[in-house]
Amino acid sequence: MKYLDEFNDPELAGALFDDIARMTTKPWSIMEVCGGQTHSIIRNGIDQLLPDAIELIHGPGCPVCVTPLGMIDKALEIASRPGVIFCSFGDMLRVPGSAQDLFQVRSEGGDVRVVYSPLDAVQLAVENPDREVVFFAIGFETTAPANAMAVHVAEQRGLTNFSALVSHVLVPPAIEAIVSSPHNRVDGFLAAGHVCSVMGTWQYGPLVEAFGVPVVVTGFEPLDVLEGIRRVVRQLEAGTAQLENAYERVVTDEGNIEAQDMLAEVFEVCDRRWRGVGEIPRSGWRLAERYCGFDAEVRFGVSDIDTPESASCRSGDVLQGLIKPHECPAFGTECTPRHPLGATMVSSEGACAAYYHYRRLDLPVEAARTSDVSR
Amino acid sequence: MCLAVPGQIIETREEAGIPMATISFDGIRKDICLAYLPDLGVGDYAIVHVGFAISKIDEASALETLEMFRELGVLDDELALDEASDP
Amino acid sequence: MPEADLSGWTCPLPLRDYDRIVIGHGGGGQLSSELVEHLFVPAFNGTDDVELHDAATFDVAAGRLAFSTDSYVVQPLFFPGGCIGDLAVNGTVNDVAMTGARPTTLSAGFILEEGLELGVLGRVVEAMAAAARAADVRIVTGDTKVVNAGQADGMYVNTAGIGVVPEGIDIRPSCARPGDAIILSGPIGAHGIAVMSSREGLEFGTDLESDSAPLHGLVAAMLDAFADVHVLRDATRGGVTASLCEISNTAHLGVEYEETSVPVPAAVAAACSFLGLDAMGIANEGRLVAMVPPEGVDQVMDAMHGHPQGRDACVIGRVVEEHPGLVVARTALGASRVVDLPLGEQLPRIC
Repeated sequence: MKYLDEFNDPELAGALFDDIARMTTKPWSIMEVCGGQTHSIIRNGIDQLLPDAIELIHGPGCPVCVTPLGMIDKALEIASRPGVIFCSFGDMLRVPGSAQDLFQVRSEGGDVRVVYSPLDAVQLAVENPDREVVFFAIGFETTAPANAMAVHVAEQRGLTNFSALVSHVLVPPAIEAIVSSPHNRVDGFLAAGHVCSVMGTWQYGPLVEAFGVPVVVTGFEPLDVLEGIRRVVRQLEAGTAQLENAYERVVTDEGNIEAQDMLAEVFEVCDRRWRGVGEIPRSGWRLAERYCGFDAEVRFGVSDIDTPESASCRSGDVLQGLIKPHECPAFGTECTPRHPLGATMVSSEGACAAYYHYRRLDLPVEAARTSDVSR
Repeated sequence: MCLAVPGQIIETREEAGIPMATISFDGIRKDICLAYLPDLGVGDYAIVHVGFAISKIDEASALETLEMFRELGVLDDELALDEASDP
Repeated sequence: MPEADLSGWTCPLPLRDYDRIVIGHGGGGQLSSELVEHLFVPAFNGTDDVELHDAATFDVAAGRLAFSTDSYVVQPLFFPGGCIGDLAVNGTVNDVAMTGARPTTLSAGFILEEGLELGVLGRVVEAMAAAARAADVRIVTGDTKVVNAGQADGMYVNTAGIGVVPEGIDIRPSCARPGDAIILSGPIGAHGIAVMSSREGLEFGTDLESDSAPLHGLVAAMLDAFADVHVLRDATRGGVTASLCEISNTAHLGVEYEETSVPVPAAVAAACSFLGLDAMGIANEGRLVAMVPPEGVDQVMDAMHGHPQGRDACVIGRVVEEHPGLVVARTALGASRVVDLPLGEQLPRIC
């Protein structure tokens, strides 16, 4: 595919690996806060081929991972109500709540449907006027404009049988929470390229200023991820802390203004609990006053469902890079992909699940080029 | 949150007042919402996420980036040669 | 769904006045008989005289029998390149063929939803008949039941099939040996993506068509060229990944393959990109994986390349002694990762 294949070129990747290896003289910890980037890193084996001195810490960048247990339980409750068509992105269907997941609700007669776009859920509401259609509106800022449009369109069309269960999360407050923690080990950040394509890059300037950490806006294909890492390492080696944009073909400083306008209209900032991490102030979006009639929590009376997280779960520590997945006592025993305790094992993008799937062996590594990329 | 892929606009239209487009991903055609990129037209490339075009792809910038990677490769080769010849 | 073409009905008598299946069609009475006499028998037996009986009887060559069954519940019933009917024939033909046997005889059981249009049933049955003729197998016995509206998603079909395993042929997962080359018969993912493209909630436009096809001719050509093929597996549900994981697990040997060796059509790659799926896990209905000892690879590959179902056959990896039970993929960048069986069906993702 155009604009994808070129950025997967193994030879050019080799050049980037070489350059990173050449410039790295000290150990550095770099965090990406985006499930898509984590997926790309693990799927392509990028972390295996980087110099040992560079540690990649997989941050809380997966909206599936960080959706709090209580929100899943609210979804399950709504989905099991008769007359409801519960629509969700595919990722969420296997996320377990306290007792079951959406698949199980479906097996018990709940009408749970996978949609590709939130507008598909609106269309279902139009086509099924005698049913209540509920859309599980999760995601970071990348997905929020689509979810916002669905609610906006529902309002425009005067739909009375559509509502959204909203659980949006924001990246900059998460980065701030991590970098301002006394236990912080992260030296530099890769900012999520598609989040920035919506929101622009301007939100990260103040973070760079305040905390003196380099932040590089990064894409998703292997060459993009490597370039993001390369620029962070270059800054760290030079002792600088700046905001850079390594995904310029997609991301502009100001972002997508039309999308931001819609977000400002449909959502308002709120405190949000992140699974395994705890509550981060002003790190989420909920429906704005004008649209609160579309709030599924209110419509279905599930606001008081409030489920505590597992006591043995150390997702939060893994997400902040304080421990590696296999250092958690529950890893692989009480907590597995089939019976996950926390965010990081729930989705295959989660650090613990990725570790479980991909790290069961120490395999010999064959670099893309013959230069000395130390293992 | 980030699974968004590049595709080319092959048709634009309006549906119930909302700007829509047919996007082609290497021959796979999907209807997507163009409301957030109203200035885009047929032939333009956009990043698409959950049925919405969220950002235009700047071709010049893409080519520049690739060229920069290629130059890095050449530079690396030269440096490797230098290192090999220095005892 | 396009209008049913009923010009293929072989019997001139109308099926009463019903244009939809009713409960009575499964009741064993006149309605049932009519379906059998005017639809199933003409479709599956042409003009041959057939004595209708509780069971079909026929001679088989002496030897080991291979016997397989599968149920088909695909949604939607019709998709680009095929329908539940040809899947039901080719799927069971292929399962039998993976033992090296030549499939000859099938049964067909139908569970129909009350309210199913007769035209739809007719099209499915005609597709089965055509697939059976193309595969040179006979459908000799069957059954029909009708369930209440709201069940069976239109229809479910079960087929069972037999074939005789030729003398001296022993093909099964535990025959795999370290050093075996892993051969894939062609590009992957077309079937699963074609079906997905017509699925409600996901619909997208594509020229991709299901690759549903009988593979026993290809298998025969391979075995003619080199009899000591160790393993054959049709890469259906779960795709090539499932085949490799299951064989690796059963044989208790390791599998290694190069991602860059696996042929993926551009349209499949594009669909997988925007839905967030892995092409290696997408179902195929006309592709096989073979494990062949090194001394036989050239002959087998030549035979495959000379057959319509194997033109694009390629070696993608090898069986190894290391990491028994685990499948390891080498990425384009040169790293290695363990490939696991996914928990269930791949779902489109946003993350």
